[in-house]
Amino acid sequence: MSAVLDTPLLSVRKLTHRYGSRVACRDISFDLHPGEVLAIVGESGSGKSTLLNCLSGGLPVERGVAFYRDRKGLAHDLGSLQEQDRRHLARTEWGFVRQNPRDGLRMRVSAGGNIGEPLMMVGARHYGDIRALAGDWLARVEIDPARLDDSPASFSGGMQQRLQIARNLVTAPRLVFMDEPTGGLDVSVQARLLDLLRALVADLGLAVLIVTHDLAVARLLSHRVLVMQGGDVIETGLTDQVLDDPQAPYTQLLVSSILEG
Amino acid sequence: MADNRPVLRVKGLGKTFILHQQGGLALEVIHALSFDLHPGEVLALAGPSGLGKSSILKMITGNYLCSAGSILVQDPETGEEVDVTRAAPRRILALRRRVLGHVSQFLRVIPRVPTIDIVAEPLAAFDIAPAEAKDLAATILARLNLPESLWSLPPATFSGGEKQRVNIARGLVAPYPVLLLDEPTASLDAANQAVVEELIAEKREGGVAVLGIFHDPAQRARIASRVIDLGAHAGKPVERIGGVLNHDAGLRPSHA
Amino acid sequence: MTSATPLAGYSYAYLDAQTKRMIRRAILKAVAVPGYQVPFGSREMPLPYGWGTGGIQLTAALIGRDDTLKVIDQGADDTTNAVSIRAFFQRTAGVKTTTRTEEASLIQTRHRIPETPLQPGQILVYQVPIPEPLRWLEPRESETRRMHAWAEYGPMHVKLYEDIARHGEIAVSYAYPVMVEGRYLMSPSPIPKFDNPKLHRSPALQLFGAGREKRIYAIPPYSDVRSLDFQDHPFRIEPHGHACALCGSTDSFLNEVVMDDTGKRMHVCSDTDYCTTRRDHLEQGEAAE
Repeated sequence: MSAVLDTPLLSVRKLTHRYGSRVACRDISFDLHPGEVLAIVGESGSGKSTLLNCLSGGLPVERGVAFYRDRKGLAHDLGSLQEQDRRHLARTEWGFVRQNPRDGLRMRVSAGGNIGEPLMMVGARHYGDIRALAGDWLARVEIDPARLDDSPASFSGGMQQRLQIARNLVTAPRLVFMDEPTGGLDVSVQARLLDLLRALVADLGLAVLIVTHDLAVARLLSHRVLVMQGGDVIETGLTDQVLDDPQAPYTQLLVSSILEG
Repeated sequence: MADNRPVLRVKGLGKTFILHQQGGLALEVIHALSFDLHPGEVLALAGPSGLGKSSILKMITGNYLCSAGSILVQDPETGEEVDVTRAAPRRILALRRRVLGHVSQFLRVIPRVPTIDIVAEPLAAFDIAPAEAKDLAATILARLNLPESLWSLPPATFSGGEKQRVNIARGLVAPYPVLLLDEPTASLDAANQAVVEELIAEKREGGVAVLGIFHDPAQRARIASRVIDLGAHAGKPVERIGGVLNHDAGLRPSHA
Repeated sequence: MTSATPLAGYSYAYLDAQTKRMIRRAILKAVAVPGYQVPFGSREMPLPYGWGTGGIQLTAALIGRDDTLKVIDQGADDTTNAVSIRAFFQRTAGVKTTTRTEEASLIQTRHRIPETPLQPGQILVYQVPIPEPLRWLEPRESETRRMHAWAEYGPMHVKLYEDIARHGEIAVSYAYPVMVEGRYLMSPSPIPKFDNPKLHRSPALQLFGAGREKRIYAIPPYSDVRSLDFQDHPFRIEPHGHACALCGSTDSFLNEVVMDDTGKRMHVCSDTDYCTTRRDHLEQGEAAE
């Protein structure tokens, strides 16, 4: 493997976050490489969402370090990043897919406007091109392009989530944070969405940090998994290995709790 | 002639499952197993079922961890040997993509993807263009007598035998230097078994190193150039706790 | 009009020295960061909010004995408000006043830019009702401040995109948003779109005052001011196709005046000084023949 491929996109060392005296996540360390999907799994209170928020900028990095390497190969210390630089990274290199699509969309703006906005935020100024690209992306997330001018308020939950995905991927980010992207959707809708995500991630070579409580989602989408409990990483490794040959008692408990069809 | 260094070296392999949900019960399934695998040979693992044969294949691909020993895989691109038991996850993924082909007993079904795309997918790692990959997939599916009408359907609703043929096609379509086959013909009729045996023979003639589990001794006799009897390397006897513990599957049925 | 003695018992130009100092500091800040809205301590003035207190405070802080003041309201020197404000400064500052654009050193305006091109050294003071260009898209002040700080103007671009998607064109006819020096999004006050080009690289200093909202912002002379648009839907002013009934001008901004209840209407220059000057020239031209 070449040296370039070996350079991690995101390097986290001993990341710790406290809410007052309560430790939400403790000494978390991992690397994420370009094109790699890492699932952070755990139950409520495991600290997985806190970890995601520390890395995506919702929470400050107070203890430990996290480095992100941008398109030009420059490393950014996420703990000491200036807000305008963090926002610039968020606009040009990252995406964030939220659990509830209404939190990640402008509900009173058309589908085309929702997909076009990130483009306009990075300087796109040709209406026709923006519209065409938005239309392409609607098709790519399996929404009829004729709905380009419709408001997402008229979309189903699954369509709204797919629109949120399109909005996040249109700027060709290198790293996408996802927080329970299939939570709250019907099971059949989930399956379609997961398959779409799987194909897009592979096609675009995206690195993804996905938080989920659902091991089946982790199995389908991720290469590696971090199992968290009570703020600690209990086990980590290749997803199929952790799910098929779990070592830690908690992991074995989680895996055995999956309902079998 | 072809380089006959082993492509796979297993040294002192051991595997013990610790079942925390059963009070920390320790299940040793493999004990001090060593063997080499060379290009152009078909090495069969034999022994009574439930002895952990599938686990060996899974340890080689990194699907299971090892409790002892090492597994050295020759990476044809770098010429280096990679110890799977100690390698970084990304290294193992790279080996799975281009070095270790694995045909497991069960087809992992990904929703909505048509059969022909499932079979063609591994070829992308070998820089084969999608159109050509699809042609190669079609060729092997035709050889395995899978009706063309099924190619555009996802295999979720296929019969056991059909699913197994999709699995085999996916494993054998790509030019892996090492193939790991776990009961590849278990659900097939005689005609299709013969096709699979032909395919394996072609691979062997092409210099591929094949490690397989064939439960039918007659088939084993036909295909294998060498056999290892695992009886001596079985784990220690296990007390049963109400019901049978399936060693090969480890803790739970595996969906490979 | 000639200067007079300011009213006794009042500070010069009504505002006390400390207030003027505070406003001038705000003006300096505004000039240093073109297009950025500087908060200031808007004072109680002898007329209510909504009547130009912001503009008046700016003028009061800047005006001096050597200035010549022009005050217009929708382009006209002779509306009630223009007359009142002009009289106010005559009384409190004793300054010379004029209706001629080229004679003024300081011009206070409501909702129009004079047709006559401005010169270096002139100051144009705009009365501004809502200084925040994003207000209708984002009601929270805390949010709009952040948007300006990080230059994150997505919602404004989206609004223009939506206009084109819905109406085929950008549907903004006044207070058309501009980018100043490529950094700050600014509302040029409710001037008609027609006037926007005059903002760009003007030799004059342009100051904007919002009394109720307590904000001052500025465009220094010769600044880059561009109206927002798309490459394939560029900002343009559609010709209105009428001529002024009084002076015949076809390239000034016209008011449409309804003459009677049979629907008869007439178009007249909104800028009274411009119209009057043109008519004078025409008369002189005719007289010369």
